[in-house]
Amino acid sequence: MTAPPDVSPRRAAMLDKLAALDEEHARAVAGGGPKYVDRHHARGKLLPRERIELLVDEGSAFLELSPLAGWGSEYTVGASVVTGIGVIEGVECMVIANDATVRGGASNPWTVKKLFRAAQIARENRLPTVNLVESGGADLPSQKEIFIPGGELFRGLTKASAAKTPTVALVFGNSTAGGAYVPGMSDYVVMVKEQAKVFLGGPPLVRMATGEESDDESLGGAEMHARTSGLADYLAQDEHDALRIGRRIVARLNWRKARPADHDDFAEPDEDVEGLLDLIPEDLKEPFDPREVIARVCDGAGPGNRVAFDEFKPLYGTSLVTGWARVHGHPVGILANAQGVLFSEEAQKAAQFIQLANQVDVPLLFLHNTTGYMVGAEYEQGGIIKHGAMMINAVSNSTVPHISIMMGASYGAGNYGMCGRAYDPRFLFTWPSAKSAVMGPQQLAGVLSIVARAASEAKGEVYDEAADAGLRAYVEEQVEAESLPFFLSGRLYDDGVIDPRDTRTVLGIALSVIDNCPIEGTDRFGVFRM
Amino acid sequence: MTIRRLLVANRGEIARRVFRTCRTLGIETVAVFSDADADLPFVREADVAVRLPGNTPAETYLRGDLVVRAARDAGADAVHPGYGFLSESADFARQVRDAGLTWVGPRPESIDAMGSKVEAKKLMEKAGVPVLGEVDPASATEADLPLLVKASAGGGGRGMRVVRALADVASQVELAAHEAASAFGDPTVFCEPYVEHGRHVEVQVVGDGHGHVLVLGERDCSIQRRHQKVVEETPAPGLSRETQAALHDAARRAAEAIDYVGAGTVEFLLSGDRFWFLEMNTRLQVEHPVTELVTGTDLVALQVAVAEGRTLEAPADAPRGHAVEVRLYAEDPAAGWQPQSGRLTRFDVPGVSARFANPASYGLRLDSGVETGSEVGTHYDAMLAKVVAWAPTREEALRRLAGALSRARIHGLRTNRDLLVEVLRHDAVVSGDVSTDFFERHELRARGGAHRGRGAVDPAEVSAHAAALALAERHAAGRRVQRRVPAAWRNVASQPQVTRLVEGYPDGSRTADDDVLDVEWYAGRDGYRFAHQDAPALGATSVRAVRVAPDRVTLQVDGVDTAFEVSVRGDVVDVDSVHGHVALTRLPRFVDPADQVATGSLLAPMPGSVVRVAVEQGQPVATGQPVLVLEAMKMQHTVAAPYDGTVTDLPVSVGDQVAAGAVLAVVHPREAPSEGDQA
Repeated sequence: MTAPPDVSPRRAAMLDKLAALDEEHARAVAGGGPKYVDRHHARGKLLPRERIELLVDEGSAFLELSPLAGWGSEYTVGASVVTGIGVIEGVECMVIANDATVRGGASNPWTVKKLFRAAQIARENRLPTVNLVESGGADLPSQKEIFIPGGELFRGLTKASAAKTPTVALVFGNSTAGGAYVPGMSDYVVMVKEQAKVFLGGPPLVRMATGEESDDESLGGAEMHARTSGLADYLAQDEHDALRIGRRIVARLNWRKARPADHDDFAEPDEDVEGLLDLIPEDLKEPFDPREVIARVCDGAGPGNRVAFDEFKPLYGTSLVTGWARVHGHPVGILANAQGVLFSEEAQKAAQFIQLANQVDVPLLFLHNTTGYMVGAEYEQGGIIKHGAMMINAVSNSTVPHISIMMGASYGAGNYGMCGRAYDPRFLFTWPSAKSAVMGPQQLAGVLSIVARAASEAKGEVYDEAADAGLRAYVEEQVEAESLPFFLSGRLYDDGVIDPRDTRTVLGIALSVIDNCPIEGTDRFGVFRM
Repeated sequence: MTIRRLLVANRGEIARRVFRTCRTLGIETVAVFSDADADLPFVREADVAVRLPGNTPAETYLRGDLVVRAARDAGADAVHPGYGFLSESADFARQVRDAGLTWVGPRPESIDAMGSKVEAKKLMEKAGVPVLGEVDPASATEADLPLLVKASAGGGGRGMRVVRALADVASQVELAAHEAASAFGDPTVFCEPYVEHGRHVEVQVVGDGHGHVLVLGERDCSIQRRHQKVVEETPAPGLSRETQAALHDAARRAAEAIDYVGAGTVEFLLSGDRFWFLEMNTRLQVEHPVTELVTGTDLVALQVAVAEGRTLEAPADAPRGHAVEVRLYAEDPAAGWQPQSGRLTRFDVPGVSARFANPASYGLRLDSGVETGSEVGTHYDAMLAKVVAWAPTREEALRRLAGALSRARIHGLRTNRDLLVEVLRHDAVVSGDVSTDFFERHELRARGGAHRGRGAVDPAEVSAHAAALALAERHAAGRRVQRRVPAAWRNVASQPQVTRLVEGYPDGSRTADDDVLDVEWYAGRDGYRFAHQDAPALGATSVRAVRVAPDRVTLQVDGVDTAFEVSVRGDVVDVDSVHGHVALTRLPRFVDPADQVATGSLLAPMPGSVVRVAVEQGQPVATGQPVLVLEAMKMQHTVAAPYDGTVTDLPVSVGDQVAAGAVLAVVHPREAPSEGDQA
């Protein structure tokens, strides 16, 4: 993508990052590569995303989750599975599709993490789950990291069923050994004729175990399961038929959203969404006004929303912007970093605002660009820990849904207070401009250098400046790399890296998904240390 | 005597046309209708209506006895026959008169006199009207070729054949006689010289029985397909005043020769400035509106006046302007003019200034038997409407008519509309070079000929592109959740959305993959984008979406914005634009395998075994006739024929075990008989 000459440097930099994001997504889409994709197609089979395209409603959106899982690891980007939220017969569902072109769809440690995350989203938001199964089970070389935690996947299926969020398995191919429990634990099972293969032990294992001679079809064929074992509820003639049946199953789930009001009457943002690309400085040390983001992401002034953004406590703790807005008609409370640093005032303002949102059952949106809580004698003496703890207490115990968007920096305890990954926001998406770590790379390298220098001085040694420069550069580089979005997304520390211009759409989908379960704000927080 | 209540022994547009004049004159109206026609506008528009049970013309509109009884039952005092059906039946005219009703038509003797073409020719020759000499097929020579074989009792081109080789004469005469016998019940045929590139020109006359014969100008009806008129106009283009006067004079003599009373048409074959009598039609013609427009008359009103015994006066005003009529048919010109049936889901002709009547000034007249929602069957003539333009000059009338037709919204059925537009804009037609062999002389796109005219953009492809986006927008608008998220939004783009369409209306036939129009597109924040923006399939170099709404899409093709109107009903998409009308059928995303059985298949209601097969393959069966017996769970189930037809497939035999849903037999329904009704 070549930028015209009149493009701002900020936009040019963001466009470069977005081009890089497209490339990484393309790697995930490529799955096992052309050779395996062609072989899969030659067998008359569809790729996971091709199956999903047929499964979801025409014209509906599909929000793919964790597409970069496994990025930077030894495994293929995407972790041999596609997960996401799609709309099937008007029902928002968690869709999970194995990618059989990647090592037969076998699960590696990142696959398991990605599946856990998908299950968590389905559970927290009360979504039915549709599994498009074609997996050779565990990737055996990494079984030690999968086998024991992986059991949770099957337990999760039946817990979901018990929680009245139905589970559907459409079996397109292998689903053997432990994998057999995916259909086994699902409420509805569809198997594709002459393709599905569902058994605990295949012919060689059976012969080893009992001496019995058998074949795939008699042990686990679709016809057998549909007519004899009863494990399959529906026999599909082919993949299209399986997807058709899957859609009919969902159509009959009698699904009712907890908050069905779909807000149709809202205005588009007051400012042009394209402006987001001109907003984010390349150097995150330079702050930017999050109100400019809010004006491009939230509903504009219009019917039912006389003012686009009602700012709360605008004159107090001005490094954190708080206030009320709407996204696609859904009310949200917003906490957005304005000046990077969080002081005591900001922390107390945040704690109060989070309580207000809980009082009126309004979801919270955290827009991250923070370098953390202020340090220094004055602030320590002013009780910055106490106040930071109040904010973390509030965000930890809040029971309204939280959504976090990593716009820029998200460093230190600021990441916690702003509802970083460990604070279980319902959704967390990252802009390509974001960085997250315990502190900034330069600071971290500098700290290490100071500590090392102090140690050598204490020993009376001459400090090796050259080695120090090398160490600082190395640490800075490593921390920089490990604080970048692809790396963090690869480790499942977010739900995906998104184009800032898609933020509004992603939030619209997320808030609609959230409406599948009731919102009940808490009035019980931990003891606020005053 | 004054007519108070008039029955029209006809259907469709001509019934509406006659009713229209009746309302003007203050006469009450009576319709007769077949079962298939019960919902057509002409039935509703009549003051009272009488059902003629059944559907075929033989059961209904050709049953003179039933029509006369209907007239009596409905208290009618007059009968107008329209055209076709009983309009040229002298017997029916007598039945009507014998019943004490007024017959709005010529005397039965006149009908008889003109009914036989052989006799009529002799009569005309005697009256000094030029006729083509008859050729005795037995003694024909090379010099007589080509010859035209005609049925004496014929009409509408049936029983008519051109013979170009001497060796074929005998066999063609025999075939024509056979055809004539089956079509008209009279095998009499005759031969006359065939005039190459001849024109069909006819003259409208009205005699009042008081010694006046009005001659209301001529009509050129040369553009015909299979001897069926397609385009009619008045005045005839390119005639010298002398030829025109001679034609009118010949027509007057013809009418006077038989002391003709009522409206009639004397048809001539014209070549250069020579002409010969063909036949006289003793009724109102389909194409009468062009004459009405140019002469400012109401021919039905004149018919009524004559029937009431009034004296006619020549129109006060001189003929004005030029009028062109086209017959809009439910037919497929590219498939041998095959008649089409189905529901007319939309029928709008823009800019109509009058219906069944003359507009106050130059304008567009529409005489239509159908309206949006009408069901078009195969029992009767497939003409949907006549669209007539009246303008100061011929060029303006042609252009106006072509424009109105191209903008008309006609959905649900294949029609000859594109053909009509192409004809009206054809260089030969515009220059006045018309003849009855027009369609043999010119290759037309609407008949499968090569593309010509504006640009190389493929109308089906570009319309499919518009349809795909309109459908997407429709789907998006129908969402129950995430309603305002951009349609088909993806954060990870893996593949385009694919909309699969085939040209034409669904007819149950399988489509070869080559015919599928696959439109691939992406959608998102910035709207819609085609996967192939270089548009090779369109025959363009670029295509992009400018504006997209569920019923209207603007595409920019090679820098030009074009709007497409898109109507969707189920899987059927009608697209109208400057590229013409394109009907598309959406291929379903999924096909339920249970639906993938041949039409007419009888399926096993449950698993069981076949204990008896009561029919053989190829055997005709009647509704309810047992086909086979299936035993399941100790119960015997008889599988019966669902309708009259023929067993075309019988894949099972006694003792076979069958699964539920298995095909046991296929019964092909018997074709419903179909008859035309029109000359």
